[in-house]
Amino acid sequence: MNRIRLLDHLVLMLGVFVMVAPVVVAFMTSTHEAADIHRNGLSLAWGGHFTETYNTVLTREGGFTGKITGARMIWNSLILGIGFAAGKIVLSMLAAYAIVYFRFRLGTLFFWMIFTTLLLPLEVRILPSYEVMNRLSLTNTYTGLIVPLLASATGTFFFRQFFKSVPEELLEAARIDGAGPFKFFIDVLVPLSRTMIAAIFIIMFVYGWNQYLWPTLMTTDERFFTLVRGIKQILLVWVGSNIPDYNEAFALAILAMLPPVMIVLIFQRWFIKGLTESDK
Amino acid sequence: MAAISIKDVSKVYNGGVTAVSAVSIDIADGEFIVLVGPSGCGKSTLLRMVAGLETISQGEVAIGPRVVNDVDPADRDIAMVFQNYALYPHMTVYENLAYGLKNRRTPKAEIDARVAETARMLELQPYLERKPRALSGGQRQRVAMGRAIVRKPSAFLFDEPLSNLDAKLRVSMRGEIKRLQRRVGTTSIYVTHDQLEAMTLADRLVVLSGGRIEQIGRPLDVYHRPATTFVASFIGSPAMNLVSGEVHGGKLALGPALIDLGATVPTQGTVTVGLRAEDLRLHPEGEGSLPFRVDYVEELGAQRLVHGLVGDQPLVAAVSSENPLPATVSLSITPSRLHFFDSASGRRIDRPGDDRPETLAGGLPALEAAAS
Repeated sequence: MNRIRLLDHLVLMLGVFVMVAPVVVAFMTSTHEAADIHRNGLSLAWGGHFTETYNTVLTREGGFTGKITGARMIWNSLILGIGFAAGKIVLSMLAAYAIVYFRFRLGTLFFWMIFTTLLLPLEVRILPSYEVMNRLSLTNTYTGLIVPLLASATGTFFFRQFFKSVPEELLEAARIDGAGPFKFFIDVLVPLSRTMIAAIFIIMFVYGWNQYLWPTLMTTDERFFTLVRGIKQILLVWVGSNIPDYNEAFALAILAMLPPVMIVLIFQRWFIKGLTESDK
Repeated sequence: MAAISIKDVSKVYNGGVTAVSAVSIDIADGEFIVLVGPSGCGKSTLLRMVAGLETISQGEVAIGPRVVNDVDPADRDIAMVFQNYALYPHMTVYENLAYGLKNRRTPKAEIDARVAETARMLELQPYLERKPRALSGGQRQRVAMGRAIVRKPSAFLFDEPLSNLDAKLRVSMRGEIKRLQRRVGTTSIYVTHDQLEAMTLADRLVVLSGGRIEQIGRPLDVYHRPATTFVASFIGSPAMNLVSGEVHGGKLALGPALIDLGATVPTQGTVTVGLRAEDLRLHPEGEGSLPFRVDYVEELGAQRLVHGLVGDQPLVAAVSSENPLPATVSLSITPSRLHFFDSASGRRIDRPGDDRPETLAGGLPALEAAAS
């Protein structure tokens, strides 16, 4: 028994090592100077330039306009991530509510139409979407960044399955208790979906946070650059004969990781509940 | 409080399936009506039509003076108790009770007062701040009933409210429901498939089968004078024995035996004869009028059920456990306790003197004992 447990732990430790080691390496390397990194490669030792590097990354005004800081990019990423996740949840809950609780004609057909779009990644429609946003002159706005991505087949599907598992009697009891469709949604369905909402929020936030192609396409104005895009920007210097600021790129990567990690930590209790048990 | 009238109500589903056909029931103000029947007999559908959760295909449902066919469930002034309680899981007991009142814009002070009164009546005060998941089955059931009572509706609708409880709790909740209904005096319709529940709760029973009414009547009337063979076999436990026999003159031929009926029977030829298990008496062989071949015996404690054959027809006799069972037995029957049914239609054939059920013994106590 003990030996089996030891083996279990070894497997787990191996897993932890594989997952965490690159992050540790990235963090340690980020505390060295760019020239050091260029000469010696990655490093596992503490470089001693932690405050400097991270301070520079967060507050130095850079870019073509000379006004863009790392903090600004984090802010943009947060707006995109949260707006994206919250918008998707609202939209897909309403869509699922309509599909499950209102018997309108062709409802099932519409659901399957939405569902099949699951098969199409964003990249398939990225040019038409860009064109639409461009004509609406919504490029370089938060609206343009967020709105076209809100329709979510995944979210609609999850909420549909969840609503279907809510006992019919609950709706009937609410009807007899005098709750109309809107009240039932707000007073009963939304509170019941809390864990589900948390789970989808995490997934969607991380997804939105990590968007690269769409923000790259939609924003030419540096003020709207997201963090993920900013990392790329630093390495672009390579084109010249400068040594790229490896330390800053690593620091930004570490910073880019933090918010999703925190979101997961905060919501994880609900997240697991939402995906495994139903609170009914 | 109000009377409810159900007039020629039918439910036909889209596929053409008829769940309820032309049912009419007049329910007096304050009456406790139990709809009873096997699953699929349309009893729940009928209740849901009264509640407004199902549309009424044909006919008319009136609560009080008002026809409610097209009225929203919320505006019918009814409250319903569901089989799985249907409590809102994210609300505390207090919020569950208050929700219906809140939606009707009842003033806060009155909500508080009514919830407090209901909680006292149902002994729920200690649990008002708990969520339903922290309550036992019986407590949840009481909250569900509280949610109905607190609204002071003109009618309670119960949809198999005790089916999810264990047997012991069911008996005590049954008593509680009966007491509460007496106390608040609200017209009630109660759906169940359990004939014992139906017998003990009802002011009047409605026995349904295949979407039609088989019989409406007071529990003892239904028990002692079942209108059809279906009712005879459904109400009472063990079920009434139904065997076929031949009537000639004043005599009934039952298997090998000939029984003198002592009175005239308004029928001749083949009939279905109904015998309640507790109306049969066992004697040592040769003393009774019917030879009885014992197949097996079920011991229930106070009673024992003796299964056996008369001729080739199975019969069950319920006898006291006190006397030892003779090795070989015969049966005797009191002719006045026999029920006759038309062998083709299953309808009861009334005999003179049939309409005095209260003079007959062996009513509810025997029934309770048989089921427990």
